[in-house]
Amino acid sequence: MAVSLDKALGIHQHALLVRSERAEVIASNIANADTPGYKAKDLDFADALANAQKNQSYKMSKTNDKHFDLSFDIDTSNKYRNPMQPDTGDGNSVDVQVERNMFMQNSMEYQASLQFLNGKIKAMKKALSGGQ
Amino acid sequence: MSLYNVFDVSGSGMSAQSVRLNTTASNIANANSVSSSIDETYRARHPVFSAEMTKAMSDQARGVNVLGIVESDAPLNIEHNPNHPMADKDGYVYKPNVNVVEEMANMISASRSYETNVQVADAAKQMLSKTLLMGQR
Repeated sequence: MAVSLDKALGIHQHALLVRSERAEVIASNIANADTPGYKAKDLDFADALANAQKNQSYKMSKTNDKHFDLSFDIDTSNKYRNPMQPDTGDGNSVDVQVERNMFMQNSMEYQASLQFLNGKIKAMKKALSGGQ
Repeated sequence: MSLYNVFDVSGSGMSAQSVRLNTTASNIANANSVSSSIDETYRARHPVFSAEMTKAMSDQARGVNVLGIVESDAPLNIEHNPNHPMADKDGYVYKPNVNVVEEMANMISASRSYETNVQVADAAKQMLSKTLLMGQR
């Protein structure tokens, strides 16, 4: 019986990556909370996870700054958030309270995924050592 | 690992907010600096933020860039005070166009934004250090 580590870890490894990506997006929302014209963004989680699982992105490497950025990456997961308040006057749509809660929730979910992974690894360790 | 980019992003936010805090400090400190001509008078200055576009980062994450610092166009406070040692030949002294109340509100906003960025970096650090411990416990 061949053991596939990839399959044993299930969806959680991909979820972890998407969570860390989402942390990055929300962090840039918070950092730009005072930037005029900045629009808050977020990931469509289901989309991003499906993309991460398929892992279908091809990029041509650039060897010069003047080269075009050629990627066949159909990433539709990056979306703008719908602001809950009317425009404050400077075109910024970041609601810091919302973003902070989102960041906290995302980091909790990240840690939950981490726990699942830990459990899987522990189970594999137990199976390898025969429960000793 | 995109969690490392969180440090870059929130770090740029922190430095932008500290520029803002610096200009606020300079505005408040100079709120009462008088001069005897319009050109020499201190004017309130404010930073201009913009979202940063670096090719090193993915197109999703954006740090903050301080485009520059602009001086306020608001009219100066001109005061008729012939006894003032800095008064010009017509007896006027020129005071900066700093609105101290506005600057105080700016200061509070900047320091709160700075704190928020620190907390974000802290949370990212915790997430990373937990990840490093994966499979050990």
